[in-house]
Amino acid sequence: MGMALIIFGRVAQAIPTILGIIVVTFLMTRALPGDPAAFFAGPAATEASIAQIRAQLGLDQPLWVQFVRYVQSLVVGDLGRSISTGQPVTVDLASRLPASLELTLVALVLSVGVAVPLGVLAAVRQDSWVDQLCRIVVTAGVSLPTFFTGLVLVYFFYYLLGWAPMPVGRLDLVAIIPPRVTGFLLIDAPLAGDWPAAWSAVRQLILPASTLALFTLAPIARMTRAAMIQALGSEYLRTARACGLSRRTILLTYALRNAQLPVVTTLGMVFSFSLGANVLVEKVFSWPGIGSYAVEALVASDYAAVQGFVLAMAVLFVMLNLLIDIAYTLIDPRVRIDG
Amino acid sequence: MNRREILKTAAGTSLGVAALPFLKSPAFAQTGGTLVAVVGYTFNSLDIHRPGTNRPSYQIAVNVYDRLVTFGTRTLADGSLAYDYDKVIPELAEKWTISPDRKSMTFTLKANARFWDGSPVTAHDVKWSFDRALALGGFPQTQMAAGGFKRPQQFVVLDDRTIRIDLDHPSKLALPNLTVPVAVVINSKAARAQATAADPWAAEYLHKTPQGSGAYKVERWDAGQQLVYVRNDDWAGGPVPALRRIVVREVPSLATRRALIERGDVQLSFQIPNKDAKELAAGKKARVVGSPIDNCLYVACLNVNFDPFKDSNVRKAVAMAIPYEQIFEQAAFGRGVPMWGAKSAQPTDTAWPQPFPYRTDLDQARALLAKSGFSKGFEVPLSYDLGEADWCEPTALLIQEGLGRIGIKVTLDKIPGASWRTRALIEKKLPFLLENFGGWLNTPCYYFYWSYIKGALFNASNYDDPEVKRLIDETLHMETSDPGYRPRILKLIEKAFEDLPRIPLWQPTLESAMSPKLEGYTFWYHRQMDARSLKI
Repeated sequence: MGMALIIFGRVAQAIPTILGIIVVTFLMTRALPGDPAAFFAGPAATEASIAQIRAQLGLDQPLWVQFVRYVQSLVVGDLGRSISTGQPVTVDLASRLPASLELTLVALVLSVGVAVPLGVLAAVRQDSWVDQLCRIVVTAGVSLPTFFTGLVLVYFFYYLLGWAPMPVGRLDLVAIIPPRVTGFLLIDAPLAGDWPAAWSAVRQLILPASTLALFTLAPIARMTRAAMIQALGSEYLRTARACGLSRRTILLTYALRNAQLPVVTTLGMVFSFSLGANVLVEKVFSWPGIGSYAVEALVASDYAAVQGFVLAMAVLFVMLNLLIDIAYTLIDPRVRIDG
Repeated sequence: MNRREILKTAAGTSLGVAALPFLKSPAFAQTGGTLVAVVGYTFNSLDIHRPGTNRPSYQIAVNVYDRLVTFGTRTLADGSLAYDYDKVIPELAEKWTISPDRKSMTFTLKANARFWDGSPVTAHDVKWSFDRALALGGFPQTQMAAGGFKRPQQFVVLDDRTIRIDLDHPSKLALPNLTVPVAVVINSKAARAQATAADPWAAEYLHKTPQGSGAYKVERWDAGQQLVYVRNDDWAGGPVPALRRIVVREVPSLATRRALIERGDVQLSFQIPNKDAKELAAGKKARVVGSPIDNCLYVACLNVNFDPFKDSNVRKAVAMAIPYEQIFEQAAFGRGVPMWGAKSAQPTDTAWPQPFPYRTDLDQARALLAKSGFSKGFEVPLSYDLGEADWCEPTALLIQEGLGRIGIKVTLDKIPGASWRTRALIEKKLPFLLENFGGWLNTPCYYFYWSYIKGALFNASNYDDPEVKRLIDETLHMETSDPGYRPRILKLIEKAFEDLPRIPLWQPTLESAMSPKLEGYTFWYHRQMDARSLKI
């Protein structure tokens, strides 16, 4: 079966899910306590001015009319306008989603870069100092809340030592945001040939990405260790050893490859989890990401923004699951996905 | 692509990024008159008239647009600067006259006043802008009405440089109300060119593109991240500002804002919590200015529809059981103006706000409660807005403890920001709540008008007294120099002391931390950063 067909099939399967999400988020946001019209009219507004805002937002219409309008604009790619940021939700998402994705991806790369070798070493040398270190790192990573780690890193590396740049977002104060191509500054800045901006983006990323990496390290390292231990105790590895294969080949080619599947599964979970859960990291580092956007929208009963956020996340998760499924087939030829 | 390649690429990338070293930031030169300020909130529009524009965005109206008139500056006792309500000075208007019957004001515009595009500021622009403030509704309309500006017919263009504003009745609030951030003058030619049939007031355009004559232009606005102002060298509204460029960064985390100002990487952290203000003021790294907010009080409201609070003895017992000093130390961190402990129940001064004649006295509170019909005590929920939790939470806990000592069982009721207004101010059914109303126009009658008349928005206590209503109606538009003004205000304050629908806790301050080198920081009643007076 062709890859395109498989992807098409999976996307088709996701359509009912997404339709369900559209209905549920619409109803859920309406069930939020509070009146957005009153909230945005400001404390000194009169009844008439609140009614005026309510009419402008279309909130004076019956629920089903609001829903039909929402779906109609959704079809043409209009997610409505966020009242708390004053921007169309599509614009907000387009600027904030890449910011969060960039942070999460860099954090995951960092995290995998440390966690996988650590897990492998811990499994190979069980109960050695590496294993103990792995245990400490894993426990610390899980038990320290991200905002705490973030603040501690800011305190040491920015406040005391002055090594890290000001935690004021994706770029320092002098760098200019490069023309938008992908929304990822690490890609856009080099594309524009703006090396100072690229360097600034890298520097701004180090602390928040490390914070998030510390947090995501734990599940990946633990899973790698467990999967490696299982693989190392398996019969095919005994056979491999008996055949006199080099230690390197045994470990990397046979053991690690077989340990990949659970690790990739964990990775997918960690990614989706941290994308939504890095609100606190975003706050500490003034990162204009999707998490803080969603929280602020919720506080203000900002319907369009909440709906847009949930929908974007839903689509992202569907895509992520698809990617993971494809990754499975690459790792393990026995796995097949059905279209 | 096969699995081996994926593995190899993944391993390669991860190691590469992980190996990146920390490097010291290159010294960021703060020269050429650039100021970096940090704020904890987000700007959501560059147009103050647009419905849904949030409070922080009023800052843009202050710095980017001009009004006809503005207030002068005065130096407070602690050496800090504040606007001067008693001194109205020109901004776009060069001079103005008030008719003998005080029912119309005629303004002549400065001949050299130009919009950024070089076109002159005309009376037509003023009229279009004021009409727009009324037409778009919402808060701008309410605020315009406070000065008596209710219909477009009241704004009459006499010629290109002269505009007359007609009033239905004389009012001392009319001229001060022209200084408010909503009374801005917009370049009507530029705006109208972008207007459409569906959007006749160019709200979509001005939302992102200011068109004004102000001291600063918006150089860039990255929503959710930063706002950059650059100076308008041809500003006619006042002395050209000292700083060429001002970067306002949105930094949501309190701890991060504090680290930035302590490190000296930013020069102004606008509006900081009292706790930080107290701690920073004790150190030497930053200067802290705490300006008392005029005409504003943090109060505990007693809803007179709630049975026990109908009893004057209960209200007074509550006022005697509140641990004011502890609240001032633990909720206000000692920063603010105490509003308790006046010696006499007979006010002798029309200054507002002023301390109420109550202090913590549990014996007297118990005696008052015993005299009331609720000698056995009662149970009452104390409600507050979660968005104001920084001062409300400690205050509520201390009130709970204090009232518990005289037998009133207080439960805490936290209400999310989005529902607060409806529950507290519209439905007015909360029996006991914490509230923080402050009036922009600085006269006592204006405060009473919003909070002591039945049905008034901030009268969450449902207080209703015919004499108070009459006194407010009589004084609201009366000149403060009128011989009838003083006795009426004294009577109003006396009634507020005696009837106690609102028990003041303290007068809050607006706290900001800044570089010791920053000068010209001025407090304004609108509680926004005025960049025009700042210099380094």
